[in-house]
Amino acid sequence: MNKFDLATDSVRELNQALHDQAKELTEREWHVSNPGGKHNLAVGVNEALSIDIDGHAGYYCAGMNQKATVTVHGNVGVGVAENMMSGVVRVKGSASQAAGATAHGGLLVIEGDAGARCGISMKGVDIVVGGSIGHMSCFMAQAGRLVVCGDAGDALGDSLYETRIYVKGTVKSLGSDCIEKEMRAEHLDELKELLHRAGFNEDPASFKRYGSSRQLYNFKVDNASAY
Amino acid sequence: MCGIVGLYLKNQALEPQLGKLFEPMLLAMTDRGPDSAGFAIYGDEVQDGWVKLTLQSSAEEYDWKQLMGALEGRLGCSLDWFRNASAAVLKVQTEEAKVREALAELAADVRIMSAGQSIEILKGMGLPADIAERFSLAKMQGSHIIGHTRMATESAVTMEGSHPFSTGADLCLVHNGSLSNHSRLRQLLKRQGITFETENDTEVAAGYLTWRLREGDSLKAALDHSLEDLDGFFTFAIGTRNGFAVIRDPIACKPAILAETDDYVAMASEYQALASLPGIDKARVWEPEPATMYIWERTAA
Repeated sequence: MNKFDLATDSVRELNQALHDQAKELTEREWHVSNPGGKHNLAVGVNEALSIDIDGHAGYYCAGMNQKATVTVHGNVGVGVAENMMSGVVRVKGSASQAAGATAHGGLLVIEGDAGARCGISMKGVDIVVGGSIGHMSCFMAQAGRLVVCGDAGDALGDSLYETRIYVKGTVKSLGSDCIEKEMRAEHLDELKELLHRAGFNEDPASFKRYGSSRQLYNFKVDNASAY
Repeated sequence: MCGIVGLYLKNQALEPQLGKLFEPMLLAMTDRGPDSAGFAIYGDEVQDGWVKLTLQSSAEEYDWKQLMGALEGRLGCSLDWFRNASAAVLKVQTEEAKVREALAELAADVRIMSAGQSIEILKGMGLPADIAERFSLAKMQGSHIIGHTRMATESAVTMEGSHPFSTGADLCLVHNGSLSNHSRLRQLLKRQGITFETENDTEVAAGYLTWRLREGDSLKAALDHSLEDLDGFFTFAIGTRNGFAVIRDPIACKPAILAETDDYVAMASEYQALASLPGIDKARVWEPEPATMYIWERTAA
């Protein structure tokens, strides 16, 4: 196992060493100690590495991830797993705003709460949150699935395209063009599989599904006030 | 950007170390604000009937001794003072208004940074590390402290533009964000008799709180009103004589993080500023909700 101690090593050294693994794979397991809330940890990794960050991380942790499994044993700041393409990012604590923003693929698991705008403009990622999420989550989301075991804040799914949202708790309010939808057998199966992959022991039948009513896809002047 | 930090001690045994615990918090926010920095520290209270003022001059070698002598003669009451770099802390046994009046006559160029029984505000232009060293922050003692590192967006980089801004006796405010309706609000507040020394948007927020408190609002009510009337982005940390408060706007664009242990409550724009605190690995760490007030106050000693 390769060990990095950010009390002495720099973030640039860490990221360079992780990037080098895409050219020549020499070590799959990485351990990062003393992250101290530093920004941009394990960003742009492009190899199937297993990276454990032992503490709280700052902004954009595990951004642009491809293939790697990154586990943060603490909280993360703004934009965790931003623009992730594939792989798994797991946050043992809570996440700040814009978790999984614009991410195209892979799985983001947040065991605690996520702040505002979780999954904003998500484009294919699956996000599973153990706790609650903040306001404007899934804003303009285009593809993927968002699962919330707790509650959702105001304006959930505002201007949503095709993302499916599952919430167990309460939803403070739905955003423009977001509606509650019927839970069919295929959705229960999908949710069961997502919860299983994320490691949560929840009953899929206790969730409600939300999605786009598809009224705002094409501009119609009658809808002007809804945009 | 801007960085804001606050440290409120619950454990009195830590009070001699307040500055030492706080300095790395302020320095950690240098990336968010290298233009200027400042802090408001609470402690070393004066007795009832006395008032403590922090004065600052733009002249490095200002003759404080001469001013204090003249002030003593003019006010004719007990007076105690010490110099701290470009600032002077003055303790005097009289009413605040009388001191302000005398200072306006004797030294119009000296700025009154704060007034109250406990507060001292020290601030200036430059890197946070330079400001901390200038005022010997690490050696300071007290019960709580809030600080600010500035990256100027809404007004010029000047000493006046640096935070904290005092909002009344023992009250002050630091701000991360920008207010979009500060011009109109400034006009409204001027008509209410609030005076402004800078073009800074944060001073408008401070002036707004001063006005609400003067109108009889409690701190909580004043902050509730601020959510209705201040338009823009803000995370505020507010110091009071007995405690401190944190509040974010309803959109919560500007970051904030809180940590609490049995010994202290700490607030910062980013976790990095909290990482140096003792016992932080076991602290409860969370992100404050938008449009929600968080207040810690000590009950009367």
